[in-house]
Amino acid sequence: MNLPVSVETARWLAIPMGMFFGVLLHRGGVANYNVIVNQFRFKDFTVLKIMFTAIIVGGVGVLLLKGAGHAQYHIKPANMLGVSLGAALFGVGMVLYGYCPGTGVAAMATGSIHATVGFIGMLVGGVLYALSFTWVEANIQKVAALGKVRLPDVTGVSDWGWFALLSAIAGVVFWLIETKSKPAANTTVSTGENKT
Amino acid sequence: MKEPNCTSGTSGDGDCAEAKARWNPYLVGSGIGVLSWLAFGLVNQPLGISTALSSASSVCALPVMGSEGVAQNAYWAKTPFKWDGGMLFLIGTFLGSLLSVLVSRTFRLEKVPATWSQQFGGSTPKRLVAAFLGGVIIMFGARMAGGCTSGHGISGSLQLALSSWIFFLTMFAFGILTAVVLFRKRASASSKTHPTASES
Repeated sequence: MNLPVSVETARWLAIPMGMFFGVLLHRGGVANYNVIVNQFRFKDFTVLKIMFTAIIVGGVGVLLLKGAGHAQYHIKPANMLGVSLGAALFGVGMVLYGYCPGTGVAAMATGSIHATVGFIGMLVGGVLYALSFTWVEANIQKVAALGKVRLPDVTGVSDWGWFALLSAIAGVVFWLIETKSKPAANTTVSTGENKT
Repeated sequence: MKEPNCTSGTSGDGDCAEAKARWNPYLVGSGIGVLSWLAFGLVNQPLGISTALSSASSVCALPVMGSEGVAQNAYWAKTPFKWDGGMLFLIGTFLGSLLSVLVSRTFRLEKVPATWSQQFGGSTPKRLVAAFLGGVIIMFGARMAGGCTSGHGISGSLQLALSSWIFFLTMFAFGILTAVVLFRKRASASSKTHPTASES
């Protein structure tokens, strides 16, 4: 595929694109520990709203671009054991840290000291993975390795079918969130005050 | 909805300014979607953070392992540190957030966030140890899974990649489980003398 810009230009474009991403993360509220953690406690649905919207808007656009020959897919291989174990660890780490790698970086800029300490933790985690890489590669990543498959490949449902389905799910979920989740703001911990 | 954390008991007052500076989450999500169009159509590299972060970790290992030790590592040989688009994107993310924070005047040093202190108290070392451990675990997990919330969660899911949807669902499931355990209702210190009073 021919890039509309040179490789060198594309490299430097990464800075303004990253900045746009950083602005969106901060203004989206997801550079905030409370917002991230409360998603996993079903008290704040900002993370889900942002991610689901990004997936559908991004996915439909990229599919159109690809159809017109202006984009290609970059599918990560479905090493089922590695992805599942890694994602499980990721979920645990995300709630403990209170950020994911991208929002952690954005949170450092907001003045979050614990995000910065966790960032150092992430660098250490990267070192630990590099040290265990050979073993993980040989013993985990080769288990149930299905290759670079996509949902349309494994289900027989077309790309557009999937986006129609995802949009329908998103519509229902967003509607439920916007109509039902309001009263949750008043539930406080103080009701559990003990009686001694 | 405009000021999600100003009234709810889940956040501190300090979050109020930040909450007021927020944009509509659907608009923000759409913005990230449009950014993905550029990432695929313009620079041919999906948005991602953790690959660049893990190659940056090789630099931190240099003083301990030496340049030969790092170069011989099979993982870093595959993803050596370089100032490529991914690394510049990572730096851009930091700069963009900083710019947004400065423009909205919401810079605020935070050691212990409100949701944490409600459950675990205001101890800074306690929070920092948890954040550090969380950082170690999340990065190890991200590399084992082959991506993070950006690379898998958004970029991968929007390509309808099987691996990314497995990641998305598993990550959320384990995050919820962790939150249930971590933020379970605690019997307060004094009720320990009445074991019958506490259920969980």
